[in-house]
Amino acid sequence: MVHKYRLNGFNVVLDVNSGSVHLVDEVVYDLLSYLSAADFCQSFEEIELGKLRDVRGAADLRSAYFEILSLWRAGLLFSEAFGVSEADLEEKLSGSPIKSMCLNVAHDCNLRCRYCFASTGDFGAGRKLMNLEVAKSAVDFLLERSGSRHNLEVDFFGGEPLLNFPVVKETVLYARSLEKDKDKKFRFTLTTNGLLLDDYIINFINDEMDNVVLSIDGRKFVNDEMRFDAAGFGSYESIVPKFQKLVSHRSGKDYYVRGTFTKKNLDFSKDVLHLYSLGFDQISIEPVVSDLSNPFAITESDMADVENEYENLMNKMIVMRKKGKCFNFFHFMFDFGNGPCITKRMKGCGCGNEYIAVTPDGEIFPCHQFVGTKEWSMGNVVKKSFNDGLRREFIKANIFSNEGCADCWAKFFCSGGCSANHFKFNGDIRKPYGLACRLQKKRIECAIFLNLVGKLGSAIG
Amino acid sequence: MRHIKTLFEGAFKPGAESCLGGCGECPSSCQSACKTSCTVANQKCEKIGAHLKVRAKKSN
Repeated sequence: MVHKYRLNGFNVVLDVNSGSVHLVDEVVYDLLSYLSAADFCQSFEEIELGKLRDVRGAADLRSAYFEILSLWRAGLLFSEAFGVSEADLEEKLSGSPIKSMCLNVAHDCNLRCRYCFASTGDFGAGRKLMNLEVAKSAVDFLLERSGSRHNLEVDFFGGEPLLNFPVVKETVLYARSLEKDKDKKFRFTLTTNGLLLDDYIINFINDEMDNVVLSIDGRKFVNDEMRFDAAGFGSYESIVPKFQKLVSHRSGKDYYVRGTFTKKNLDFSKDVLHLYSLGFDQISIEPVVSDLSNPFAITESDMADVENEYENLMNKMIVMRKKGKCFNFFHFMFDFGNGPCITKRMKGCGCGNEYIAVTPDGEIFPCHQFVGTKEWSMGNVVKKSFNDGLRREFIKANIFSNEGCADCWAKFFCSGGCSANHFKFNGDIRKPYGLACRLQKKRIECAIFLNLVGKLGSAIG
Repeated sequence: MRHIKTLFEGAFKPGAESCLGGCGECPSSCQSACKTSCTVANQKCEKIGAHLKVRAKKSN
């Protein structure tokens, strides 16, 4: 399978199975529309090229064809599918232990964000904090279910996890106390809206959290339109200096400033650049996940604008990089040489299989986005119950079985997408949400192009 | 080559066995960063060079 596209006047070709990327001229670009791997078993003269033989010169066509043929022989173009079946993948995944856990330590929040998928923090089930016993039971559950996995991920999430900071702290200390005996390494992440950060908490986060996600949407008026407290006051002025302080003492550890864009700020590249101007260089801005009836929801009519804005952001990044102004945008970060293995690429998200979310009551859901959806309740860490039947459903959500994934050129980059989004919009964890797919593809095209610029420098940028 | 410039030779090349790799030590893809969408291409392998990369099988 081959995907080709034009961007900034360049013709880019992705060989889907090998992951190879080529820049091609117009002759090859046209010729690729007529070719499949099956054509290489016949002579060039026998291949049906329609009007192309009249449009392009014979010598040009022939030389282009033989370059394509040589790349096919090298396994870099029209490479065949992996010799892995859906059954192989499911067997492999069936043996996976649980290695990642989202701990919803606070079903409460000190903000009332308009777009919150957690119903402003309580997930529609009443405001509640997790007690330490439940948190310790969750850690124990993870340890018992983690099999031979060494690295265990625990995310403190909410609501706002810092509303329950004592439990965050004690949970970290408890897990750390078990690492040596259990031969495990806990990697902690905390997602925060920043309001409760102080020097002590900042130091604790920077000492203990392998990653921290700092929620801010960008420009003040954009952020404060969506992110405000119960009295209606926006969070921007309070959180920016705290986030800056935290990041300045991060000592190279991972972090993201993470925002959401909506229909209200389809010019979100300005928000990305604003965050960079505040001193942040690890930036993630995501399209809102929202019921389409909300006035800020991104709908079909916004798609062209959003796609153009991703391209706009990419071009701004190219210009800035030339000036030595570099930052990472989460969805444009690709690593062609050292990316994930094929198992990961065939099923990216561990939701409901390797990854679970736990509520303040200890109830288990497939991931943080499923929390509160009763039909997806998987058990309880206190009762040590777990529904392996539901787990099986998520194993089957992969690029072989998800609707449309097997024939999609982007499948090894998104790896089947987000089951929670599929369920939210289509009522089926194996039926991808079309608008999300479309945006994902655009981001991948931009990310590939940014990598090309990085490789070729000014010759392409 | 006159018509084609190869910029990246994909990670999945001929030369390795055709089987599933995966040590399972990497994070779930959205879980520790964006929390709302799934992208794996921005993740590094936890064991560079240690896991099996799969070849695309050629029929002839």
